[in-house]
Amino acid sequence: MTDRELRSRAVRHARRSVVSTAVHDANASAIAARHLTAAYERRIALREVSFDLPAGEHLAIVGPNGAGKSTLLKVIAGILPVSEGEIRIHGHAPREHLCTAYVPQRSDVDWRFPVTVEDVVRMGRTGQLGPLRRLGERDRQLTREAIARVGLSLLSGRQIGELSGGEQQRMFIARAIAQEAEVVLLDEPLAGLDIPAEADVLALLDRLEGTTLLVALHDLAVAGTHFGRVLLLRERLVGYGAPEDVFRPELLQAAYGDYVHLVRTSDGTLIVHDECAKEGL
Amino acid sequence: MTTAFEWLIAPLRYPFMVRALVASALVGGLCSIVGTFVVLRSMAFLGDAIAHSVLPGIATGVLVAGRGDRRGLFWWALGTSILVALGIGWVGERKRVREETAIGIVFAGMFALGIALLSTVRGFAVDLVHVLFGDVLGVSGFDLTLIAAFGGGVLLLVLLFYKELLLVSFDPTLATTLRLPVAVYRRLLLVLVAVTVVVSLQVVGLALTLALLVAPAATALLLARRVPAVMALAALVGVASGVIGLYLSFYFSVASGAAVVLVAIAVFLVALLARPRRRSRGTATL
Repeated sequence: MTDRELRSRAVRHARRSVVSTAVHDANASAIAARHLTAAYERRIALREVSFDLPAGEHLAIVGPNGAGKSTLLKVIAGILPVSEGEIRIHGHAPREHLCTAYVPQRSDVDWRFPVTVEDVVRMGRTGQLGPLRRLGERDRQLTREAIARVGLSLLSGRQIGELSGGEQQRMFIARAIAQEAEVVLLDEPLAGLDIPAEADVLALLDRLEGTTLLVALHDLAVAGTHFGRVLLLRERLVGYGAPEDVFRPELLQAAYGDYVHLVRTSDGTLIVHDECAKEGL
Repeated sequence: MTTAFEWLIAPLRYPFMVRALVASALVGGLCSIVGTFVVLRSMAFLGDAIAHSVLPGIATGVLVAGRGDRRGLFWWALGTSILVALGIGWVGERKRVREETAIGIVFAGMFALGIALLSTVRGFAVDLVHVLFGDVLGVSGFDLTLIAAFGGGVLLLVLLFYKELLLVSFDPTLATTLRLPVAVYRRLLLVLVAVTVVVSLQVVGLALTLALLVAPAATALLLARRVPAVMALAALVGVASGVIGLYLSFYFSVASGAAVVLVAIAVFLVALLARPRRRSRGTATL
């Protein structure tokens, strides 16, 4: 069978199994990028990126502003097209899949919209249903469970603009849970949060075991302590692997250039001063 | 008591007033429900452009079928508005020009074309006034049937695709990742607005339709916190504006379309001034 036939077969298969989500190729990585190049607003934002991420891993994507972190997430979500190369999610092209959830940056959301927490989490079930069909008991139950898991049960009737930043972020994570997503993409989930809210969101992400997480972050310390893998990006892939292998002076210098200062202290640790984080969102 | 009752009953002695009241109430309700999406998606300018772009369709109808042929004019208007709605949707997705610019060009161009066409017909001023500002007192039984049928069709589609339209309006990105045909629903919404505009033509006219699309929904948004409640409240405001406006028009000899719109705007202003302060923290950090 040619590649094309295989692909159209996969598409047909994915269409048929809308309710159960597509069947995965057991041998495939959760995410496999091959020489991936993509543009954002007509500018190449990502060049020749290749990596494999096993299922269930928690990956932090770090790099300076404009490094292509958001672009990478949007390509995986199927919102932006691939210019060159290839990206596969559990062996499928983006959008052949229902198992991917994308959590937008909080600044991209209209918080005055007249919907409650429950309404938003329920939207995660809409795709499984298809048009003309109403949410059933199972959908309602999944919605309630997801809201309970992120600790928002008491606020489920709140209009979304009345939530704090951390609560808003947890609501979107609940929506990803309700979607029964196996791959969850989060774009700067900690941006604009105070320290307790940040800790809540991180604790919640840590508890999502078995779910493949890709999280764009500014804070290298958070990336190093809460994530099993780190991908360091500056249009091209600068480093990929365990945090201790990626956070090395030469790689950080390559990614951040003059914005990083490395100081050697008496016990041999490196202090990284990231100027970019200051101008973060 | 008797006088107040008399005041309410008096206009109902005229069959044309009864038809006009029913038409205003139907159109007020319809515009408000469709208008909820117009306000939520910030497409007021788009709605206005679609309304004004109906003019060349009507002008062509007048030239081809003659102005006596009401049914003919309705179909011409309907066809044009749907074409324009789809055209604007198509241009908007190309992103060669900014969407607003594209809308402005289509809007003005179509309107000028309509006036140019109409100006070749004798007595064009009267036609133009009716098309621009409505002629609700001239609503016939057949017009009412059209309003009810097409308005009912629009409402049925809104009901059937409610959760998709809501999702595409609130979070098109999620809709994309859920593999919903976002472009299809976007166009569906444009077509629903177009049909609503044409159905409302006789009641408020194309120059004032925008007010009925926006004002009741904006009023309801100040007071309600969930979309179904917003729609119900908007419909209530829309229907009430239609009826009250028509009574005012009857007793004070004001143009009926303008009276309906002024009532809707007045209700909005009252709601704006009287609304309860709402706590909002969400975007404070930005």
